[in-house]
Amino acid sequence: MSDQHPRTKVGSLSHVWISAKYNFLNYFRARRFYVMLAIILIISGLLTALVGYYRPPGFVGGNALGFYGAGWGSFANFVVVLSAAFFGGDAISGEFQNRTGYYLVPNPIRRSAIYVGKWIAALAASTIVLAVFALIMVANGLFYFPGSIPWQFVESVAFAFVYMVAALSLAFAFSSLFKNSSISILMSVILLLFVFDVVDTVTSIVAGIEPWFSITYGAGIVSNILTVPYPAAKSVTPVGPGGRFAIAQFNATVPEGLLILGVYFIVMAVLGLVLFERKEFTS
Amino acid sequence: MAPSIEARQLSKNYGRFTALSSLDLKIQGTKCVGFLGPNGAGKTTTMKILTGLIRATKGTALINGVDVSKDKKGALASCSTLIETPEIYPSLTPKEALSMLCEIRGVPKEEKNKRIDEALARVKMTEWEGKKVGGFSKGMKQRVNIASTLLSDPEVIILDEPSTGLDPRGMSEVRDIVMSLKDRLVFMSSHLLAEVTEVCQEVAMIDHGKLLVYDTIENVTAKFAGGGGAIEVGFAGAVEEPLRLRVSKIPGVLSVTKSNDRHLIVKFDNAAVTQDRLFELVAGLKAGALSFTPASGLEDAYLSLIKETL
Repeated sequence: MSDQHPRTKVGSLSHVWISAKYNFLNYFRARRFYVMLAIILIISGLLTALVGYYRPPGFVGGNALGFYGAGWGSFANFVVVLSAAFFGGDAISGEFQNRTGYYLVPNPIRRSAIYVGKWIAALAASTIVLAVFALIMVANGLFYFPGSIPWQFVESVAFAFVYMVAALSLAFAFSSLFKNSSISILMSVILLLFVFDVVDTVTSIVAGIEPWFSITYGAGIVSNILTVPYPAAKSVTPVGPGGRFAIAQFNATVPEGLLILGVYFIVMAVLGLVLFERKEFTS
Repeated sequence: MAPSIEARQLSKNYGRFTALSSLDLKIQGTKCVGFLGPNGAGKTTTMKILTGLIRATKGTALINGVDVSKDKKGALASCSTLIETPEIYPSLTPKEALSMLCEIRGVPKEEKNKRIDEALARVKMTEWEGKKVGGFSKGMKQRVNIASTLLSDPEVIILDEPSTGLDPRGMSEVRDIVMSLKDRLVFMSSHLLAEVTEVCQEVAMIDHGKLLVYDTIENVTAKFAGGGGAIEVGFAGAVEEPLRLRVSKIPGVLSVTKSNDRHLIVKFDNAAVTQDRLFELVAGLKAGALSFTPASGLEDAYLSLIKETL
């Protein structure tokens, strides 16, 4: 038959870009993006006000590195986890629950292109949020310590970005596992904020084993890099009467932390993609 | 090559439940084919397999000869779909939502806006093109969904109950749109037999996951409607049992069933009584008969082929 309107062949990379572009547009206009920004502004505003009023020595008593360690180091991972859960937690499950997948999937586009595009869009939205937090920290830091941005802070921001990449992959994997948006968001938040931390603590203290398998253990490099000297890989503190008991504390080294986050990114990205490819749009 | 849709031994199980059982169906050429069956018969399952939303347990689904499970991108390259009632990203406007599909489908940049404008005008959504879809009613969203199927001039269009959520005017407009899709293969599921009769040339009926018949509407009606004629008679007041019995006693009448409170479907033997004579006889009962409409033969065929509704 004659085709009045010709079509051009669209490659998978172009499809990834199209998926990323429109998903980002959707994120950018959605209420949750502004809610997330508001949360960051509230955290930053409170920090700015409290530090400005009380001048706690932990923040302003020492050097610039101490300031960034107390401010950025304490909250960066929280911001990363919240962003990953907000933008990645229901990225795939929402396609099923909200039925938007019925609009997008039955088209000449691979599911992998949709998945990667959505991941890039979520990363872009999360990066904006993290960047806003970093900029507010820098503005505060420059106010108290003019002309001084320690290189460790720059490294920490880079590590936080790597953590975000890994955390988003994990959130996407959970999003592909469940068809219910609330459950997938909740699972991501609970796992990244509580479960991994509890596992890290229990594994270190009770079993005396390094929690090399935990994403939050690897993400420890975000705050550890702001400590000089860098915390020891393993330290043992005697406790109890006569020091009969010992509590072990582990800290991932920078290469180890990056490796853990890298492995999480790859494994979770593949897992999430496989789950999405296999998942069926059943009512 | 003529556009085609083909199911070869297509089966789908959900655990122990068989939604589709060895469906063999080949549709080829430019026409509109209605896909009928009761709820749970396997219509949507078939369409979902054809569009890559679910996978078949066994068998093959092909569009234009391309296996959907092996090359979805190739199979759907010239196919537009509307399965159930899709939702559009709520923060996008209709123009953006359609623009996304244009880009995915490879509509040339210089034609994109023109086609979107045409499609939106066709479904009467032009004045809403810049508003966010999240605030739209179900019917408005469905209009945008219908517009999305018109964007890339596909050879094959798969529509799963396209009138869902639309008001009567919207339904009529959808019928007009489908009828205007010349030189296309349209495969459309619907529960509205009048709609199928009006817009389709062929019909496939399915029940319990099995294909019962696939033929032209004329042939299906002739084979399965039970012969004779049928009219629907409308009355001024509610139809009670005594009136139904009086109508059934008219010579040449084979059966009389209530289609609703004020209407009776009267099946009659063409050899024994003509339609105009029947008209006179029913009017002669002085029971308040107001209208005489030929009943759909397809409905008879449907009822004779499909004995129960899940």
